[in-house]
Amino acid sequence: MALKIVKGSIDRMFDKNLQDLVRGIRNHKDDEAKYISTCIDEIKQELKQDNIAVKANAVCKLTYLQMLGYDVSWAAFNIVEVMSSSKFTFKRIGYLAASQCFHEGTDVIMLTTNQIRKDLSSPNQYDTGVALTGLSCFVTPDLARDLANDIMTLMSHTKPYIRKKAVLIMYKVFLKYPESLRPAFPRLKEKLEDPDPGVQSAAVNVICELARRNPKNYLSLAPLFFKLMTSSTNNWVLIKIIKLFGALTPLEPRLGKKLIEPLTNLIHSTSAMSLLYECVNTVIAVLISLSSGMPNHSASIQLCVQKLRILIEDSDQNLKYLGLLAMSKILKTHPKSVQSHKDLILQCLDDKDESIRLRALDLLYGMVSKKNLMEIVKKLMLHVDKAEGTTYRDELLTKIIDICSQSNYQYITNFEWYISILVELTRLEGTRHGHLIASQMLDVAIRVKAIRGFAVAQMATLLDNAHLLTGNTQRNGICEVLYAAAWICGEFSEHLEDPKQTLEAMLRPKVATLPGHIQAVYVQNAAKLFATVLKGQEGNPDAQAVTQETSQLMIERLPLFVQSANLEVQERASCILQLVKYIQKLQLKEVEVAEEVTALFAGELNPVAPKAQKKVPIPEGLDLDAWINEPPSESESEDEKPKAVFAKEEPKHSRTRHTEVDEKELARRREARKQEQANNPFYIKASPSSQKIYQEASGVEHIPVVQIDLSVPLKVPGMPLSDQYVKMEEERRQKEKDDKKKKEKKKKREKRGRGKHMDSAPESEEDITPAHHVDIVTEEMPENALPSDEDDKDPNDPHKALDIDLDSLKARPLADSEKLPARTHRSAESLKSPAGDRDETVTPEPKKKIRKEKKEKKKVKDKEKIRSSEDKKHKKKQKQDPGEGEEEEEVHVKVEAETLVKTEDSEPTESLPPSAPTDASDLDFWLTTDPAPSGAQVEAAAASTPEEATGAEPVEVKGQTEPDEEMKSKHKKKKTKKEKDDMDKKKKKKKRHHHHHSDREETESVQNGTVEEEEEEEPLPPMSNYDLLAENDFIKMVYDIQGNLQDGSQVVVSIIFQNKTSDFVKSMEFNVLDSLNSKLQRPEGSTPHDGLTVPFQLPPGVSNEARFVFSVQSIVMPQKLKGTLSFIVKSDDSSTHEKLDFKLHFTCTSYLITTPCYSDAYAKLLESGELKSSSLKLEGVSMPFHHLLARICFHHHFSVVERIDSCASMYSRSIQGHHVCLLVKTAAETVSIDAKCDEVGLLENVLEEIKQTFSQC
Amino acid sequence: MIKFFLMVNKQGQTRLSKYYDNVDINKRAALEADVVKGCLSRRKDECSFVEYKDYKLVYRQYAGLYIVVGITDTENELSIYELMHNFVEVLDKYFSRVSELDIMFNLDKVHIILDEMILNGHVVETNKSRILAPLLVLDKMAES
Repeated sequence: MALKIVKGSIDRMFDKNLQDLVRGIRNHKDDEAKYISTCIDEIKQELKQDNIAVKANAVCKLTYLQMLGYDVSWAAFNIVEVMSSSKFTFKRIGYLAASQCFHEGTDVIMLTTNQIRKDLSSPNQYDTGVALTGLSCFVTPDLARDLANDIMTLMSHTKPYIRKKAVLIMYKVFLKYPESLRPAFPRLKEKLEDPDPGVQSAAVNVICELARRNPKNYLSLAPLFFKLMTSSTNNWVLIKIIKLFGALTPLEPRLGKKLIEPLTNLIHSTSAMSLLYECVNTVIAVLISLSSGMPNHSASIQLCVQKLRILIEDSDQNLKYLGLLAMSKILKTHPKSVQSHKDLILQCLDDKDESIRLRALDLLYGMVSKKNLMEIVKKLMLHVDKAEGTTYRDELLTKIIDICSQSNYQYITNFEWYISILVELTRLEGTRHGHLIASQMLDVAIRVKAIRGFAVAQMATLLDNAHLLTGNTQRNGICEVLYAAAWICGEFSEHLEDPKQTLEAMLRPKVATLPGHIQAVYVQNAAKLFATVLKGQEGNPDAQAVTQETSQLMIERLPLFVQSANLEVQERASCILQLVKYIQKLQLKEVEVAEEVTALFAGELNPVAPKAQKKVPIPEGLDLDAWINEPPSESESEDEKPKAVFAKEEPKHSRTRHTEVDEKELARRREARKQEQANNPFYIKASPSSQKIYQEASGVEHIPVVQIDLSVPLKVPGMPLSDQYVKMEEERRQKEKDDKKKKEKKKKREKRGRGKHMDSAPESEEDITPAHHVDIVTEEMPENALPSDEDDKDPNDPHKALDIDLDSLKARPLADSEKLPARTHRSAESLKSPAGDRDETVTPEPKKKIRKEKKEKKKVKDKEKIRSSEDKKHKKKQKQDPGEGEEEEEVHVKVEAETLVKTEDSEPTESLPPSAPTDASDLDFWLTTDPAPSGAQVEAAAASTPEEATGAEPVEVKGQTEPDEEMKSKHKKKKTKKEKDDMDKKKKKKKRHHHHHSDREETESVQNGTVEEEEEEEPLPPMSNYDLLAENDFIKMVYDIQGNLQDGSQVVVSIIFQNKTSDFVKSMEFNVLDSLNSKLQRPEGSTPHDGLTVPFQLPPGVSNEARFVFSVQSIVMPQKLKGTLSFIVKSDDSSTHEKLDFKLHFTCTSYLITTPCYSDAYAKLLESGELKSSSLKLEGVSMPFHHLLARICFHHHFSVVERIDSCASMYSRSIQGHHVCLLVKTAAETVSIDAKCDEVGLLENVLEEIKQTFSQC
Repeated sequence: MIKFFLMVNKQGQTRLSKYYDNVDINKRAALEADVVKGCLSRRKDECSFVEYKDYKLVYRQYAGLYIVVGITDTENELSIYELMHNFVEVLDKYFSRVSELDIMFNLDKVHIILDEMILNGHVVETNKSRILAPLLVLDKMAES
């Protein structure tokens, strides 16, 4: 045995380690593959040894080889062996290898479950860490299910190093095992307020990622994130939070309004470009969600655009790129703001960096107007000529077409110009977008009737010059345009000047080299042209000769197509050939045929809307998924490939190009074939003349191309055709302008209905009339088209499974089956689907139906009411009543009531009971308590339409949701009374449901978080956490103090400055006299007497919030700091310096941070005996108990741990980590509070402050 | 979120690769070649962001080495750009003037550093000493 070990270590000395391997590979540059294969053989030998060190070394080398692209999955089992080594140095090598090459399909993964679990619970934090890291790469649904509980436990590990990793891994676990989300979510939420910034950031990351996919479930977290955003100083975290808000705002416009202020502040203050960019992006997202007619935010848009302009002008290409990227987002909703920067964007088109040019191109899309379209496209055409790379050129081409065709050719005033642009584009060699140009040509020619004559002329020239397009390469994509050209010439042949000439062009032998589908169109349209020629000659004295000639031409040329390899071409050509032959016979008898032939192609072809097919409703009783015939057995379907029919054609096609066979052999074969054909009665014999042409077709170069005198020259020397039109158009516009000036007084020109676009430019868009009357044919839709326009979501999206209503956690406690499988019942029980158990907790179906019916009735009633109140609103608006805001707020409330009903109705499949009014109303409360609602904001709130107040939050309108309204609108109570009754009824019903769910527990205990208010009827009075700081004639300041989560010696003071004047307030400087204990944090290098500049100015009537960080040493005592705000009031003609003194009051409460606490942890804390106690009695408190608790929570930053009847335990923590526990009891207007804390002084002061809070009310 | 993290030299040889969403080993080589082609062909005065299929590539050049990170379009490009520099600084601190060879010879250690910084496609740590702590513990373990 000992010998073996010695032998092992000796062997090791001769083994290559990673360094040797790398060196070896470098020394064998010429035969690298061979060298590596010998190395792999060595590694295989090493892996066979018992010595774990040797194995680890081998696995380490494999990891390197894997990176080079070698498949090492054969060593999977050895990797597992190394993973399970007890020595950390080896273990991590194993985990590294596993994380690099294991994936869901690796079968040995199931062997690792226990090993990983062991490592996760290892006392060594690095063991745990490495296991977590590895797990993140190869977690499977099975592993996720088995280990979810272990990882969840690690989320509360003592070491932040483990906590942060565990939190991040949970995201992967959720994805693989969605059932784990509900049970794990409360803890995840808790981690948002973890004292360690790393853990906090991890939690933010995970929730951001979750919320991005299913934002509505996370809306209730908005207040928490808002707090984090305003207190965090970590840019990484800020970026994530701000991104998250970007995802949430579309669901809740009120949130957006709340965000604008802090975001603009950040934009002003931050020096980090990444953060600035993120803020701008989110502000844009907010503005988009608010976009429905809110002029008040134009300042924010301007700010964004200005900042972006700075980015774009920066010499750093990265910033330039991002600036353009963000600009394109603004473009969608606020094109005007971007248009003013047209110069800059056009300048970017000349940038040396292609990515930047492409971004600038994107922006051009929104820059165009009727006025500048031609100019912009001209510039782009210049770029097309200059562009070297085909990708960029193709991009330019598609952009030109996009720009011109956007919103139904809205900006095109001269379609002749557009057609010539399209024709010019066909000269691009090697472009892939021939079909795009072709479809544009077709679209324009079909839909713009007035342009057909011109289009047909142009297309005829194109057909004549087809040789220019097809060039040498047959696969040239541009020949697609010939498809369009042929079709247009055929279909609208009545506009052709010389149809016979075009017919000839279309029947040239070279056409046979075009792709089949184009030939088919050629043949079909040749027939149409033929008809036109016949018709045109009617009544002509020498008609006979011309028509005979044309028929002869057809009969001569068509056989070429009859022989085509393409079935479609062949079939059409045969049909038409026979038809023409028949016509010729009739012509010989001098029968008038033109009428009948044209009748073949009579009738208008209208464009069909792309979605038309989709919109046809499926007739009742038709099941598209049902088999009409039983499906054939699988083996059959494999043999029978329908494609084979066409695939066989391919070799025939190339037959003509066989040249290896010598002439004699060829002649012999031909003879034999002729013989065979002659004997075959089914063979369609070709006329002798066509045979000749067919042979020539293989050498098309020899065919003389007739140069024809063009009516419209394809190219004017020195000046492209489209430029001529630009010039003509300019002249026309000028003339029109002059004309108009003359006529102006006499006649008011009728406005065209289509373009609703208004332009602030002096010469309005509408002034430019199109060159000729444009009648754009709309696309056809089926008569009974369905109105819905929704595109289905991807059903395979893994995030769909994570769409879980998390707010319902409180309303619906976790069922046993939903708890994460713990170690004990892993195998059989956990595999059982939770579905069965879940059914028991769900409301029975019939009951629900009844409820729904009632709701529907109610909905109708509500709608009526809303209508009536909206009418009233309009009336009021006309009167310009100053109390408008209030009135409209009330409407808003009612609207919400309706949205609630709507959401519930629209999700009938949701098995959860209507849930979480507590949370939602908290959110609502938070959103509506605008600390300093400036006039503008109130108006904005009122203006948000019912559609905007999305059903994302099931808000129940009890009095609580809008406490302010309750009082303000008392005189309107009568109207709402009926509605209220309805509400009450519904509430009762709800209560019943609630009991139905919780009848297992006799007493309703509330854990963690806010108070449940379901059973109480009385509404909460309004509360605001902002206190008045100081006020004078010019400015009002309110403030709130929050502890900083990340730094125990910092508090953040948020101050809202409100400008009460009708003048500008600027140059605000904020200063306080520091005390020994509390100091204002000033930038480095400034003295304690320097003030801080407030980073914004206040326009009249506007308020904005600024934050100041203070450092504090002791938090045991409350403190007051004196300070001054100096500012300049600038009116039109004068400016004055003003001052406002204030006293900042740092209460002990402001050092507390709302921290949730589990009841078991709370019990442990109390048992520990380290806390000192104190108590307080309040007499004559008449408010309901839940109000009392809510007040303590709100004003003093506590959270309810548990509540039983009229007794509740509460918890909070100071920024320096002191625990503060309260036991609140109430009996007949007396409230007694027993409190415990590890710092007596702090406790006494907090109690004193609580007392004060209640003495005030 | 970050989809992959690559280090390649000017010749296009991969020196470090880490995928946060599993990519089949056979497709990795092609993807890497594609990505590298997209980035290496760019001039110095062009921006560091490249659109590539569903991803966005952010790259940065350090002497002969390129770092290329593939991210989803929801990630903040600039912050990733900073992260790459942070990563290189950490490497520099640990290897004291890091070179391509350091990375090749100590692939496992570089991976540890990377794992400390990025986990599951998200940034977990940017503090240099905290990133290096586990590695230093490991070195101590190896010495004893």
